[in-house]
Amino acid sequence: MSVARPLPHDAAREHVSGKARYIDDIPTPSNTLHLAFGLSTIAKGTISQMDLSDVLAAKGVVAVLTAKDLPFANDVSPSAHDEPMLATDEVHYVGQPVFMVIATSHTHARHAARLAKVTYSETTPILTIEEALAANSRFEDGPRIYTSGDPQTALISAPNRLQGSVDLGGQEHFYLEGQAALALPQEDAEMVIHSSTQHPTEIQHKVAEALGVAMHEVRVEVRRMGGGFGGKESQGNALACACAIAARLTGRPCKMRYDRDDDMIITGKRHDFRITYDVAFDDTGRISAVDFIHYARCGWAQDLSLPVADRAMLHADNGYHIPHMRIESHRLKTNTQSATAFRGFGGPQGVFGIEYVLDHVARATGLDPLIVRQRNFYHDSTPATATQSTHYGQKVDDFCLNALTDKLLASADYSTRRAEISQWNATSPILKRGIAYSPVKFGISFTLTHLNQAGALVHVYQDGSIRMNHGGTEMGQGLFQKTAQVAASRFGVPVSQVKITATDTAKVPNTSATAASSGSDLNGMAVQAACDTIRSNMSGFLATHFGTAKDQIGFENGQVLIGHDNTMSFQDAAKLCYENRISLSSTGFYKTPDIEWDRIKGQGRPFYYFAYGAAITEVVIDTLTGEYKILRADLLHDAGNSLNPALDIGQVQGAYVQGSGWLTSEELVWDDAGRLRTHAPSTYKIPATADRPKVFNTALFENENQQATIYRSKAVGEPPFMLGISTFLAISDAIANAGVGVPMLTAPATPENVLLALTQG
Amino acid sequence: MSKIHVQTIVNRDPVEFLADPRETLLDCLRDHLGLTGSKEGCGTGDCGACSVTVDGTLISSCLMLGVEAGGKSIETIEGMAQGEDLHPLQRKFIEHAAFQCGYCTPGILVAAKNLLEKNPSPTETEVRYWLAGNLCRCTGYDKIIRAVMDAAEEMRGAA
Repeated sequence: MSVARPLPHDAAREHVSGKARYIDDIPTPSNTLHLAFGLSTIAKGTISQMDLSDVLAAKGVVAVLTAKDLPFANDVSPSAHDEPMLATDEVHYVGQPVFMVIATSHTHARHAARLAKVTYSETTPILTIEEALAANSRFEDGPRIYTSGDPQTALISAPNRLQGSVDLGGQEHFYLEGQAALALPQEDAEMVIHSSTQHPTEIQHKVAEALGVAMHEVRVEVRRMGGGFGGKESQGNALACACAIAARLTGRPCKMRYDRDDDMIITGKRHDFRITYDVAFDDTGRISAVDFIHYARCGWAQDLSLPVADRAMLHADNGYHIPHMRIESHRLKTNTQSATAFRGFGGPQGVFGIEYVLDHVARATGLDPLIVRQRNFYHDSTPATATQSTHYGQKVDDFCLNALTDKLLASADYSTRRAEISQWNATSPILKRGIAYSPVKFGISFTLTHLNQAGALVHVYQDGSIRMNHGGTEMGQGLFQKTAQVAASRFGVPVSQVKITATDTAKVPNTSATAASSGSDLNGMAVQAACDTIRSNMSGFLATHFGTAKDQIGFENGQVLIGHDNTMSFQDAAKLCYENRISLSSTGFYKTPDIEWDRIKGQGRPFYYFAYGAAITEVVIDTLTGEYKILRADLLHDAGNSLNPALDIGQVQGAYVQGSGWLTSEELVWDDAGRLRTHAPSTYKIPATADRPKVFNTALFENENQQATIYRSKAVGEPPFMLGISTFLAISDAIANAGVGVPMLTAPATPENVLLALTQG
Repeated sequence: MSKIHVQTIVNRDPVEFLADPRETLLDCLRDHLGLTGSKEGCGTGDCGACSVTVDGTLISSCLMLGVEAGGKSIETIEGMAQGEDLHPLQRKFIEHAAFQCGYCTPGILVAAKNLLEKNPSPTETEVRYWLAGNLCRCTGYDKIIRAVMDAAEEMRGAA
């Protein structure tokens, strides 16, 4: 069977040969035009005058459009209709698209976009959390609050109580392929769009609105993205709409790709947070209550901020059973890029909050932070243990972090190394080492319940070859390979017999974004459903034809088994079915069962199941410079029955490094005028090869999914991102080992922030 | 500005094209020669996605003008395999699942090949530092380093 095997990524040969095509590599007709946006240079104000004559006169420019030139909808928001593609009178952040240039080359378009003379009437922007709170600038009319138990009484009556606050920076996606789209006008009203997007259906929807046509006039195709990480869930809308509008107006193909600086200045990022806490605990480190306040800086438009902030609240417990909890979440509207989806979707911020609290409790009690964590875990689920519930009322009936942690502690040799580090630190006055453990429990399903659906389309041809399509998109995570393995397994053929095809809204309609780690769960099941319909058609016919029972037909090793002693090749079986007029094509559909969620009350079962993992990271810091290195990382992650261990280990490693980057080197800096000063890799530092841990051990935890997911696997895209929190905690541990009682380290832990935490002690 | 006629050698074949003097070598490779394997990741020489070699020197092709390539010999990802036979580095990248989205892969392969030509027995640290200018956002680099070390070993064995 093809599933569970470590097969290479789809199109592997094309990738290593430079032949794998991304949007900007697709051959285009010679009359293709290129687009660029002109951007606002102020954070807040109104446009008093816009002189675009120099732009229009520039070499290669065909047309220049402003908001008033747009024929239909001027909106690229995912749902709230609050995000004009081109600014109308008001501008809301530095980098907001104000006009668009259509030119004969990418360079001409970008060059011309710099020649505008725009004058603004500026007003004072709201940039910080304090400013937003003072102005009551927010989404929704007030904070969302989820409460369980009686936190106020528990806080008052507890033997120990602590308060604190931590700032947590945002994160740029830095997908290596920037945002890009290509629009190809067809003979009638139809428009074909190639887009680097995680959400082809939303692109289709927004382009239809922009062109004033029904969705059936727009076909969106996505073969692959050069990375997504959530940054291509909604942020590609503007490019696709701009290209479609320009293509309709000029009748020519139109392409747009953001230059890296433009990409970073225009598009949204991970939400930065401030988290304050008030925690009650006993002398053994057992926590009875936490009261959190989350302040999320959401930027100028709503985008996906509400579900992101909700998910942060839903992950405020991480793996810990805390009887009394209160979380107050403020979604603040600021004159900055509209913060958007990013791997974990608020979950990492929620998890970071409770992990920070646990470290504080450990330092206050003098206990090993690991012990404090273990004492607060939910129970591992066995029939003997009463099932505990989260603060939003979902039963935690698949918990496994106790067992998983024991296994990781043994393989990483935690106790010995912790003792050895302590001895080493005693002899090392300048360099200090630190070690930390952190777990993750991550809820799987879109919290907007209706998004948990997927479709597929599978064809078997008369030569036995198979063509597979589904609504999920490939951004490097290996979804296409996994779903091809599912299809191959259903028909008992080698995976090479399954042709993987580009996501296409004309083949599978009404898809959800490939997001929330749900790609394989949803699309794998839809592919299985389609394959099983065809298999049933084939089995029914072959049983009748050969005079046996339908359940006596089997598919394996490229053969169709008919009764006990008759076999034929899958190819011959397909041909025979075709000649006997049996349908060899089917759609498949799946919706996640058993979930329901009320986001206003904060009650229900938003998640079908949880995915788990844990990490132990060791670092060394230089107390004179604040610099640090990751010496060793040990990761153990629960991917259920992995559909493809090679791909899943890749996800775990990549997520850990990306999560570590978020909390260490990746610092977003806005100046007082609201300008993002870190808008290129020269100033915004994602981890590089030399930052990879010196010793890097990664393994999957064997743990069949209790729920009936595709081959009992688990989603793996986002959960391991939070393993990177152990890097931050290890740096904090090293700071504590340098004699600082309770390190007040801010995230990201840049060398500057490490030095600051060292000197505060 | 009038275009300039450029004659050069790309992947061992003589080629010629007309370049605007302001176009980068990356633009010329992609737009005039159809060699889209080299990618633009940042356009400022910081990410390595456009790595090629010019007369054996590893460069970011987004930082060199196309007209400067006249009379030089350029190697890109498209020239790495010999016909249908993949280079050992390419095979090892597949074997080790050393890429995810694949966008950085051509640049990393070109850079790694250049390293192994200069130093057939690099230490892991040398590999890490040589590839420090090639960013990857997906993999966390572990499998990339393992693949390069493994390819180096195989190539030493074959030599």
